[in-house]
Amino acid sequence: MKKLILSTALIALTSGAAFAESHGMTVRMGTEGAYPPYNFINDAGEVDGFERELGDELCARAELTCEWVTNDWDSIIPNLVSGNYDTIIAGMSITAERDEVIDFTQDYYPPTASAYVALTDGADYMGGVVSAQTATIQAAHIAESGATLLEYATPDETIAAVRNGEADAVFADYDYLAPIVEASGGELMFVGDRVPLGGGVGMGLRESDAELRDKFNAAIDSMKADGSLNALLAKWFGEGVATY
Amino acid sequence: MCSDPQSIEGLTWLACYLTTGKHMSMYWALGTVLLLLAVTAPSALLFGFGGATAARSRVAPLRWLGKAYISIVRGVPDIAFFLFFVIALDQAFEWLRHQIKCPDWDKEIWQGNDFLVCPQAKLPLGTSPQWIHETYGFFLAVLTFSIVFGAFAANVIFGAMRAVPAAQIETAEAYGMSHRQTFWRVLVPQMWVYALPGLSNLWMVLIKATPLLFLLGVEDIVYWARELGGTKTPQFTDYPHGDWRMWYFFALLVFYLMFTKVSEVVLSWIMTRLTRGQATMGGEAQRKAAA
Repeated sequence: MKKLILSTALIALTSGAAFAESHGMTVRMGTEGAYPPYNFINDAGEVDGFERELGDELCARAELTCEWVTNDWDSIIPNLVSGNYDTIIAGMSITAERDEVIDFTQDYYPPTASAYVALTDGADYMGGVVSAQTATIQAAHIAESGATLLEYATPDETIAAVRNGEADAVFADYDYLAPIVEASGGELMFVGDRVPLGGGVGMGLRESDAELRDKFNAAIDSMKADGSLNALLAKWFGEGVATY
Repeated sequence: MCSDPQSIEGLTWLACYLTTGKHMSMYWALGTVLLLLAVTAPSALLFGFGGATAARSRVAPLRWLGKAYISIVRGVPDIAFFLFFVIALDQAFEWLRHQIKCPDWDKEIWQGNDFLVCPQAKLPLGTSPQWIHETYGFFLAVLTFSIVFGAFAANVIFGAMRAVPAAQIETAEAYGMSHRQTFWRVLVPQMWVYALPGLSNLWMVLIKATPLLFLLGVEDIVYWARELGGTKTPQFTDYPHGDWRMWYFFALLVFYLMFTKVSEVVLSWIMTRLTRGQATMGGEAQRKAAA
C-alpha cells in the first residue's frame, strides 16, 4: 500500500515536470512600472510603455512565454538574483558597476542623455541641491558633481521635490523629463546642457543565465536589423530620438 | 460613458477616474490588507501563546527555546527581518524541494550571487500564473508577520501569566488539580484580562505595519496611494492630473483613523467581557454595579 502511494506521488511529480517542459519556458519580466515612457502602469492597471511593447515582441521572437511583474527599484537587482523573476527590463543603463553583479543583453536603447530640469532659468544646478532617484547613474553623477544630492525612491518624487522647492533642480533621463516638462505648461524648464551617461539601456539577467541572454540578444539583433526597434523608439520617444 | 474622459467634467469625470482598472487594483489591495490582518492576528496570537508557554515550561531546553525566540525576534529590526528572513525562508523551502525533486542535479546551487535550484523546485513554479506568485508572497508575509508579532505577543502573554495572583494557582493546586489542569482551567482563562492592554497595543502597531508588505512584492494601499497620487502627464493616461498624493494620503489617514476607532470600540467591548467575574479591580467594580 505504501509503495502504491509512493509511486502515485512519483507519477504525479514527474508528470507535473513533463507538463512544465511541454509548456515552453515562462520568463518573468521584472520592471518598475513608474518610469514613463519606458514603463508605467496604465489606467487599466497593467504594465505599459516602450519596454512592455518591446519585451512582448522580443518574447514572441524568442518563442518564450512572458509574464510581467513589478518591483520596487531599490530591490530590483536583489530580487532578480534570488530568482523572483528572470529579467530586469526597467530602463536600466548598462554600467560596469551593475555588470559585476548581473549580466546585460546588448543595448536596446542607445546611450542616453540626462538633463537638468528646474523652475527657473537661473537655478543653481551645479552647486545647489539636486534631486535624483536612488541607485541610478544620475544619482552617482550628482554625487560626484559639486551639487548636493537629494535622493528619492521613485522618479515621481524627484520631480515633486523641485515643484515644492526642496530641490533646486532634478537630474534624470531626458526622455523621462521631456513629457513632464511639456505637460507642465511652462512651469518646469530644462536648464544647462544635456549630459551623456551610461552605456545604453539593456535587459538585466542573472550571470548564470547565459542561454536566456543569448536568446534575447538574438531577438534584439533581429529587431535592429529589420528596423522595428527604430519604429518602436520613434513611437514612444518621438521622432528626434537616437536610433540604430 | 467613460469612453472619452477628455470631454467629461465634474462628478462624472471623478466617477470615471475613481473606477479605472488602476483604482480597482487599489481597492483590491485594501481587501488584501484587511485579509492579511484577519489572518495574521490569530496566527500571531498562536505564536505568542506558544512562545509564552514554552518560555515558562519546566523543561529546560523548551524554556531556552521560548526565551531565545522572544528576545531574538524582538531585538531584530522589522525591516531587516523582512528583507533577510523572508528571502532565507524562501530559499530554504526551495533548497528542500531541490534535494527531493532533483537528486541528480550536477550544477552548483550557489553560483556567486545567484541562487539556482532546478526549475521543478522553484516555489512557485516559474510557469505558474502571477496570482499564484502573489498568493505565495501573501502567505510568506503572513508567516513573517506572525513570527515577528508573535514574539511581542509572547512577551505580553508571558507577563500576563505571571500577573495572575499566585493565590489562585495555589488554591487550584490545593483542590488537587494537576499542573496541566491548573494551567488550562485557572491560569489561561484569567490571564487574558492582563494581556489585553498589551495585545491591543500590538494590534494597533500591526494595522500600520502593512506597508512592509511591499518589500515582499505584495502591493498594499500605501504603494497604490503613492503610485496613483503621483503627477500624471497626458501622454500616458486619459486622466492627467498634478501631484495628488496629498489627497490620497489624506484618504488613507481617514481610513486608518476610522479603523483605529472601530478597533478601540471592539477591544473595549472584549475588555468588559473578559473582566466579568475576575478577581481584579475592574471585575469588582462590575460586580458592585450589578449588585
